[in-house]
Amino acid sequence: MKKDWPLWEVFIRSKNGLSHKHVGSLHAADAQMAIENARDVYTRRGEGISIWVVESRHITASSPDQIEAFFDPANDKVYRHPTFYKLPDEVDHI
Amino acid sequence: MSRERMEEYFQATIDADQKIEPKDWMPDAYRKTLIRQISQHAHSEIVGMLPEGNWITRAPNLRRKAALLAKVQDEAGHGLYLYSACETLGVEREELLDQLHSGQAKYSSIFNYPTLTWADIGAIGWLVDGAAIMNQVPLCRCSYGPYARAMVRICKEESFHQRQGYEIMLTLCRGSDEQKAMAQDALNRWWWPALMMFGPNDKESTHSEQSMKWRIKRISNDELRQRFVDMTVPQADFLGIQVPDPDMKWNESTGHYDFGPINWDEFWNVVKGNGPCNRERLKARVQAHEEGSWVREAAMAYAEKRKQRAEERARVA
Repeated sequence: MKKDWPLWEVFIRSKNGLSHKHVGSLHAADAQMAIENARDVYTRRGEGISIWVVESRHITASSPDQIEAFFDPANDKVYRHPTFYKLPDEVDHI
Repeated sequence: MSRERMEEYFQATIDADQKIEPKDWMPDAYRKTLIRQISQHAHSEIVGMLPEGNWITRAPNLRRKAALLAKVQDEAGHGLYLYSACETLGVEREELLDQLHSGQAKYSSIFNYPTLTWADIGAIGWLVDGAAIMNQVPLCRCSYGPYARAMVRICKEESFHQRQGYEIMLTLCRGSDEQKAMAQDALNRWWWPALMMFGPNDKESTHSEQSMKWRIKRISNDELRQRFVDMTVPQADFLGIQVPDPDMKWNESTGHYDFGPINWDEFWNVVKGNGPCNRERLKARVQAHEEGSWVREAAMAYAEKRKQRAEERARVA
């Protein structure tokens, strides 16, 4: 039997108005314990007001080997950026 | 992509001061070096709780006790950040702990010295955490992302440790003659081991060159040690106690303090397991791990049971 408790990824919202942000991981037997351990490990100095935990095995990630093939399609579409459109200097507020 | 091409790309990423992240391709030797260094670092944080834990129940007052408890709890937290950073390299926690408990993995030798008096708690915070900060600040810019991020958190927290240590020393040095003598005695015993924390001299250091190239390490052992000496001697002067080194003197021409030779035989002897507390420290860790195993198993069994019951209920409904 594998002896380690499952691994959980921890996300913390530092204050309302900001998104949860990944801060690290920890081991815990279940979700409740993961939340409590995350509080003790990652918020000893008021770093957060909300914690998400998710078991690491449930995360699906894009592959770093395919960064180019995966993200390239966006690179040649400069017309998605506002600076692509040249307007006369006389036009304001746009 | 060929292996050579990948290595080139990897080194170019590092040379451009960009980070390597867990799933990126990396040479096996880079991965191995990081696992060794990060796990050693994690073990040091965990074993480091023992010498200080020795004084929690005997802290001189409630304020000191609360601060020491918080510091020791931080060390546990630092160990956990680092273990989880290390696990992103594809090694299991259990494996890392086994390496510590079997004596295969090392931890910082400084923790193999005993804490004989309360002044040692002051000296540890001031000198040991001070040296650790000096070592750790450059690691915040280390090329491996998860390690660098863990170090940022750790460095933020260490500064409280060093200040609480210096405050203890200051209180003792402003107290009775006996208290001041106790502070001096602690400095006498911790000074040289603290200097040894920076590792062997540059010309003797086996891993340094490659680690520099990989930007795991950014500043050499001797340079960090010199910075520590330059920073710490004036702090000792302010306390009115002396570092135990007859050769210590300010060198006007270099703008640094000169200091005497380090006893490397002592250093290697402690690394090899013959320091005053090596056996005691390892025994305490192994005992804590073994005596806690029923808790880990029970928690897992309980979680499994609850999951099964929830599944059964879902089937019935």
